[in-house]
Amino acid sequence: MISQGKQKIWSDYQKEIPDDHWYYVRSCIRQNFFPASEKMFTEITKKVLHKDLYETPHHTTCGGIAYHCDTIPQETAMTIVARQFALMTEAGYENYVPSCITSFGNYAEILETWHEFPELEAKIREDLWKACRREFNKPKYLAHSSDLIFHWRNEIAAKAKHHLVNKETGEPLKIVEHIGCHYAKMFPHKGVGGAEYPYVLAGMIDSWGGQVIDYPERRHCCGYGFRQYHVKANRSYSISNTWKKFESMEPYHPDAIITNCPGCPYFLDRWQYVIAEQTGKTYGENGFGIPVLTYEELAGLVLGYNPWDLGLQLHQVAVEPLLDKIGIEYDPKAKYVGLNQEDLLRPELPSSLKCF
Amino acid sequence: MKENIVIIGGGIAGMEAANQLLQLGYLPIIVEQTDHLGGHVAQWHKLFPDMSSSQEIVSNLKERIKDAHVHLETKVKGINSLGNRYNIMLNNGINIVTKAVLMSTGFSLFDASKKEEYGYGVYDHVITNGDLEAWFNGKTDKRIPPQPKAIGFVHCVGSRDLKAGNSQCSKVCCTTAIKQAIEIKERFPDTEVYCFYMDLRLFGKKYEDFYIQAQRDFGVHFIRGRVSEVGETLDGLVQVKAEDTLVGKPLKVTLDLLVLMSGMVCNSQVTPLAEMLRLEIDDDDFLKSKDNVYGIIESNRAGIFYAGACTGTKTIPETVSEARAAALCIHNYLKNNF
Repeated sequence: MISQGKQKIWSDYQKEIPDDHWYYVRSCIRQNFFPASEKMFTEITKKVLHKDLYETPHHTTCGGIAYHCDTIPQETAMTIVARQFALMTEAGYENYVPSCITSFGNYAEILETWHEFPELEAKIREDLWKACRREFNKPKYLAHSSDLIFHWRNEIAAKAKHHLVNKETGEPLKIVEHIGCHYAKMFPHKGVGGAEYPYVLAGMIDSWGGQVIDYPERRHCCGYGFRQYHVKANRSYSISNTWKKFESMEPYHPDAIITNCPGCPYFLDRWQYVIAEQTGKTYGENGFGIPVLTYEELAGLVLGYNPWDLGLQLHQVAVEPLLDKIGIEYDPKAKYVGLNQEDLLRPELPSSLKCF
Repeated sequence: MKENIVIIGGGIAGMEAANQLLQLGYLPIIVEQTDHLGGHVAQWHKLFPDMSSSQEIVSNLKERIKDAHVHLETKVKGINSLGNRYNIMLNNGINIVTKAVLMSTGFSLFDASKKEEYGYGVYDHVITNGDLEAWFNGKTDKRIPPQPKAIGFVHCVGSRDLKAGNSQCSKVCCTTAIKQAIEIKERFPDTEVYCFYMDLRLFGKKYEDFYIQAQRDFGVHFIRGRVSEVGETLDGLVQVKAEDTLVGKPLKVTLDLLVLMSGMVCNSQVTPLAEMLRLEIDDDDFLKSKDNVYGIIESNRAGIFYAGACTGTKTIPETVSEARAAALCIHNYLKNNF
């Protein structure tokens, strides 16, 4: 691998990311999958870095999943998005940051379509006015929330309590980065580092002390892919894609995987259990899986947050081996203790994949 | 005193035109920006379909044009129109007044790193057709393993590719890939060689025979399907994913070396020259001919002529033929207009 070659490509795909004043929109599904990720984003942004981040409960789905599943036409998704932009405009913001990769791709695609076909934008403005008497400005800047963490990665590194280093060996941890398909594959110039060698997560790993793993199936879909999983008959295709990725990354012995998409961490995490049940095969050390984290969870760990406050007990793959490698202290007894000391109950343990 | 004819570009088009102009009694003056004559052909090893030596062709041409004036490592700094003459100012301080200018500026190889998915400049064992020719000519290249087990060729890199900004077919890549595959098999008979192609455009004399020879006599595998992505394995080999559209299945193959058949794009140095001479640029970025059937070597300006790949992708025989035709056109132009 010629690192200068990648650096040249990264330099070709820079994007302007304002440092402050962002209008934040959450994902439809992330809070169900990894509930503390978005909370951690707002925590880091507001409380750790003291940035202005605004969100409103009036925000709805962007329509991206329905659009990509062909259940609504693009004009409907556009009108939904126009309403989101109206909410941003009414709140006095011009920098728009979605948490979801598909939303980010949806917004980017719609803005690009309006740029190419202004008559369509005019029609959507008219439709929005007829539907709910709202008007909107288009965002001046559109970034995905991982772009912002990338932008602030060195500030986070400066406040870090932990680094992505094996405390026993002093070696950098080997981290696989997995980018959601809708981040840059449609519009390479909208993503940090482009589509083929994205730098958005790799930059975080570099800044926080880890080593990025580049393996042959790095670009391959995680296995979610709406039409793979949402169509029930295609679910074996979904898991076969995930299996292909794990087989490809296995020889590199990764310590963890980080992702920036709602679906990717879920499928890379949960399918490890299913693969283990079906084949008996596990991909981590000593019968464990490879921990899969969102970039907000990883940032939270680096900043010293309690792993159980980050919701890491809701991962299928046990994260304890990773915490031990980094040297993060945790209370095993508190793993399933929820807010207000509520007992979350212990999940049934899998037969093949080692978990706590 | 012999009449000056300025030839901008010292590849085989410029050299052959100089050869003909010398025989017609003119003094050709070649302005070449690199340090050598012969252009891309001088960098190539053997030429299809006869496996003739490119060095021999360039050497023979050099011998034939030894009475021409040649300015190497020289660029055109400015051009003034003086009625029906042109004053060519070179960056070495020399000014030349001429009644006719031949543009034979040739082409550039497409920058394969623009096709990021193939990993040129990123992966250790991905090279271009140009790199392979340099290695055939004896240049050391650490990217090429000493005893490769498997090598792949990707056709149409930057050609017929709207995303890369080039809709044109580069004409020579299909046959060049076949030639290079044969040269590889001659050196490494046990190496498996795969050619990934969209379709094979083997229009020239003996090209089809050459293709059959590659399969029948050398066992080169031709796979109809475009490479979708390239990765690097733990041991530094190249993993290629493609689709074999003839059997309708995706395939994945691990190779010791991947060769990208970079296509032809117009020489980037042409644009400032075209602006100086107020020459039209076509929508494929090559110089625009007066027309594409009968006036391919004529420009939109009196006294400016074209030869070779400055107007589009060309084979060597086409380039040589155009150079000869351009020399005759210049001769007739001078005879009829002065």
